[in-house]
Amino acid sequence: MTTAPAQAGWRFRQPSVIPGFGLTLGFSLAYLTLIILIPLSGLIWRSAALGWADFWAIATDRRTLNALEISFGTAFIAAVVNVVFGTLVAWVLVRYRFPGRRIVDAMVDLPFALPTAVAGIALTTLYAPNGWIGKLLMPLGIKVAYTPLGIVIALIFIGLPFVVRTVQPIMEEIDKEVEEAAATLGASRFQIITRVLFPGLAPAIITGFSLAFARGVGEYGSVIFIAGNLPYKSEIAPLLIVIRLEEYNYPAATAIAAIMLALSFIMLLIVNLVQTWSRKRYG
Amino acid sequence: MEVRVANVRKEFERFPALHDVSLDIKSGELIALLGPSGSGKTTLLRLIAGLERPTRGKIFFGDEDASQKSIQERNVGFVFQHYALFRHMTVADNIGFGLKVRHGPTRPPAAEIRRRASELLDLVQLSGLEKRYPAQLSGGQRQRVALARAMAIEPKVLLLDEPFGALDAQVRRELRRWLREIHDATGHTTVFVTHDQEEALELADRVVVMSQGRVEQVGTADDIYDTPNSPFVYGFIGESSSLPVKIENGEIWLADRPIGLSAPHAPQGDAMLYFRPHDVELLDGCSGCIAGTVAASRRVAGTRRVELEIGGERQRVEIELPVDHPAAQKSRVAFRPGRWKLFPAA
Repeated sequence: MTTAPAQAGWRFRQPSVIPGFGLTLGFSLAYLTLIILIPLSGLIWRSAALGWADFWAIATDRRTLNALEISFGTAFIAAVVNVVFGTLVAWVLVRYRFPGRRIVDAMVDLPFALPTAVAGIALTTLYAPNGWIGKLLMPLGIKVAYTPLGIVIALIFIGLPFVVRTVQPIMEEIDKEVEEAAATLGASRFQIITRVLFPGLAPAIITGFSLAFARGVGEYGSVIFIAGNLPYKSEIAPLLIVIRLEEYNYPAATAIAAIMLALSFIMLLIVNLVQTWSRKRYG
Repeated sequence: MEVRVANVRKEFERFPALHDVSLDIKSGELIALLGPSGSGKTTLLRLIAGLERPTRGKIFFGDEDASQKSIQERNVGFVFQHYALFRHMTVADNIGFGLKVRHGPTRPPAAEIRRRASELLDLVQLSGLEKRYPAQLSGGQRQRVALARAMAIEPKVLLLDEPFGALDAQVRRELRRWLREIHDATGHTTVFVTHDQEEALELADRVVVMSQGRVEQVGTADDIYDTPNSPFVYGFIGESSSLPVKIENGEIWLADRPIGLSAPHAPQGDAMLYFRPHDVELLDGCSGCIAGTVAASRRVAGTRRVELEIGGERQRVEIELPVDHPAAQKSRVAFRPGRWKLFPAA
């Protein structure tokens, strides 16, 4: 034989000598199907029962559009804020040794543990026009509770640990020598941070951002207390779904859910692609 | 650029890492800081770089006092043991980094930086790898990139911290020869840290032997090897054997017998005799010699190493014999050291 037969277009990765590839892959697929795929396809299935015209009518309804805009918009803003300050918090926790550092470190996880409704009520009490912080902001003409700004604050609270906990371990791995090398080459502190440290952290920061963002889009418990829930103004999409469910309008609820699902999936996919690309470059 | 370290002391949280170290490095010299771990050699290198500040004392670059200057202002090239490359940058960007972070008119235009990077890549024999990322290079290649990066800023001094420590033996030898060539070609004043005496003796113009935060001896490979000035240097560089002896009237006595060596200027009393195991003269009879029973005999590369038990206290010393020497078969061997040195008894 002089010519080898053409290889198939793509193949599974060569299994290693360590057994278990088939078993673990099979289990993973079955598990993901059971936990994620079946419920989600049920969702699509129910909304498909609606028919295209009805689906479109619900999707382009002003109230739906506004709710989606508020959900995704506030989640985006909150994730951006969390990226900035979460990275800062991680930096302080990794780089400095100060009394009470462990307590601060543990405090970061509180939003994970706290029932979200508790967080929502606490924040509302603080930011309401007669609350401790709201009282101070009121004379400045800043109204937080019962506005989209309040939603942003609730989502910042909820999303912070996602950024801190993804960035922190990567930051701990940063080699002091890399900074020293940059300094001997003449780079200022600012240049070291922007040109050497930050690019190395970018993949972790993007992951933190996407986690905080995804969590923010789906957040319900803490937001409904502080949002005021005025239709068209401060009503989030998950709340609209619940309202439709309470009206026994299942097709409309599933339709909005399906739209949220699609949008979230697209955004997470993009983030993942960016990740893969940067990982390929930096190894 | 000459570098002068003047009475430098460095403490880390009250623990002294360097005691009053002084050192003169001539312009264009290749100097090795050699010592066991914890001897302070890396601390000294980092002090010269400005990565640490001396607790006391000063460091001069030429006539300028560099000790108060920041790392950025010192303009030194530093190469780390584990490369410390910027992994999100290509090889070319790594090398050009030091030029790119400059401000105003001192920053060369982008095309010039690119040209310079590829010139340096040629020098370190990695032409054509501009677009690679550090993760795609082998250890030896990464260290060459690190060296090119350090040289890109035209440093006053080139400082290397165990530059070959993380590489395997074959690559080490190759890079060692290559570093010597680069040094001869560029003429940078270069200081490198190593714990490998072979590397230090082979590569450096002068070797600084350090121990416990002090400089033990500074000299050429010949100085250090042939006339060590302390028991530590004797023991640390090359093989050495030692015996407790007594000096009486200018004669060296081992237990109750003179060994045929005279030390007219040595003080009376106890001392330690140091000599190289290979530098011994074998004798037949024994009137004035060191004699011992053969306790063990091992073949080591081109020689035979014989362990002798000497005197009633069964002091053990090692000597080296040619492989086919008949004395290795005997049960008793008598010898006298060729080159030797006395140090006060510890």
